[in-house]
Amino acid sequence: MWADNLPRLLLAALEVTVPLSLISFAIAMVLAVITALGRLYLPGPLKVIPWLYVWIFRGTPMVVQLFIVFFGLPNLGIVLPAMTAAVVTLALNTGAYASEAVRASILSIPRGQFEAAQTLNLSRRTTFSKVVAPQAFRIALPPLMNDFIDLVKGTSLVFAITITDLFQVGRQIAAANFQPMAMYTLVALIYLVIVSALSLLQMVLEKKVSAHVRTS
Amino acid sequence: MSAPAENEPSGARGPSLLESLRLRGVRKTFGSLTALDDVDLDIPRRGTTVLLGPSGSGKSTLLRCINLLERPDAGSIDFGDGPIRLGGRLGARTVRSVRSRSTMVFQQFNLFPHLTALGNVTLAPIHTEGVPKAKAEARGRELLEKVGLGAKADAYPDRLSGGQQQRVAIARALAMEPDVLLFDEPTSALDPELAAEVVAVLADLAREDRTLVVVTHSLAFAQRVADKVVFVEDGKVLLDGPPKDFFESEDARLRRFREMVSSAV
Repeated sequence: MWADNLPRLLLAALEVTVPLSLISFAIAMVLAVITALGRLYLPGPLKVIPWLYVWIFRGTPMVVQLFIVFFGLPNLGIVLPAMTAAVVTLALNTGAYASEAVRASILSIPRGQFEAAQTLNLSRRTTFSKVVAPQAFRIALPPLMNDFIDLVKGTSLVFAITITDLFQVGRQIAAANFQPMAMYTLVALIYLVIVSALSLLQMVLEKKVSAHVRTS
Repeated sequence: MSAPAENEPSGARGPSLLESLRLRGVRKTFGSLTALDDVDLDIPRRGTTVLLGPSGSGKSTLLRCINLLERPDAGSIDFGDGPIRLGGRLGARTVRSVRSRSTMVFQQFNLFPHLTALGNVTLAPIHTEGVPKAKAEARGRELLEKVGLGAKADAYPDRLSGGQQQRVAIARALAMEPDVLLFDEPTSALDPELAAEVVAVLADLAREDRTLVVVTHSLAFAQRVADKVVFVEDGKVLLDGPPKDFFESEDARLRRFREMVSSAV
């Protein structure tokens, strides 16, 4: 039974769950940085725009967001393929959460770092890319990996908008062979393996960006 | 609102630098607190000016205004090529131009923790001034050598003592080749032993005929290296003259300050 079904599950993981996670997370990171910078540095009234985005996407369930994007938007004449709708929703949702991790990391940079950049006449751009970003990245890394892991598991909701992902394939097999315990445990283990890879990646990245910090 | 910039006959602005840089009418308020009350001050070139005064007197604020880390409400500064208005809204170009004249060394060092000593010293030359990397690094190593840290070029700040970190910060400031080096209580965060290393570097710089402005609580330092002592209290310059004017003054407030600071150790 395992030998028959494992390849089908792995294929669904590799063809849907993993790429959906990677693409959505990449877009989410871009959104998160733009949103965090907007909330910190946009002039007064314009700060409302990123704030509204975070408010809406953190304040509503992701599965409802998926339904609005996939089933609701066609009422307004916007018809998206299921995969596109999934990427859009997952990226927007994760971007909203991750923007707070990015914002917190920038806020944690001591004022003295900005003053040092000013007295050295660094441009705003150089200050951000050479002083703020490298330090903020180290601080934001653990919470961002949390968001990444949440996203991977969140992809299991996309079966609700007709996508045959890892979880959906598991459901189909379980429905056919009446072995839900075995099937869903197998599905859970595959998610666990994917997330373990991310945890490992986190360890490697943390070590890499902490070279300058004395740990002993 | 802003004080009128000092009027000099335009023909008198020669290419030669003034013997001093001139602050005029520098005013800074924080809410209802007047930190600087229309301060006029001449800072001699190729000399060490020491700013003394009680905590909250405005001496650090004055120093920070020279580098525009604090934006004065009014006033002007003249580096020798005409007064530049410091008050009111300033364009980005003006800010950059004023900042390019001076560089600050901070009490808390403010080194970039993710960069090595050499990386700290070369960051601005490479990215702001477009100096080729190899050249900036060669110069950076020279400067680290000069502050006695040639062997620490590749060390991260976290691996350095406070005194070493402050010396890297001095090398980083020197790499900017500013007209004026500003020091905001450079030894206050250091143990006496480590402070001595930093004072030795400062004394070396003073001997090189650089223009230094140092805010400090150390009378010993003032006595050792100052060419000029400025005593600030309540946002006003109370005394401005050669060190002996300060150390021999019979003025009650200066005497009280001298006694207080020397007994504080």
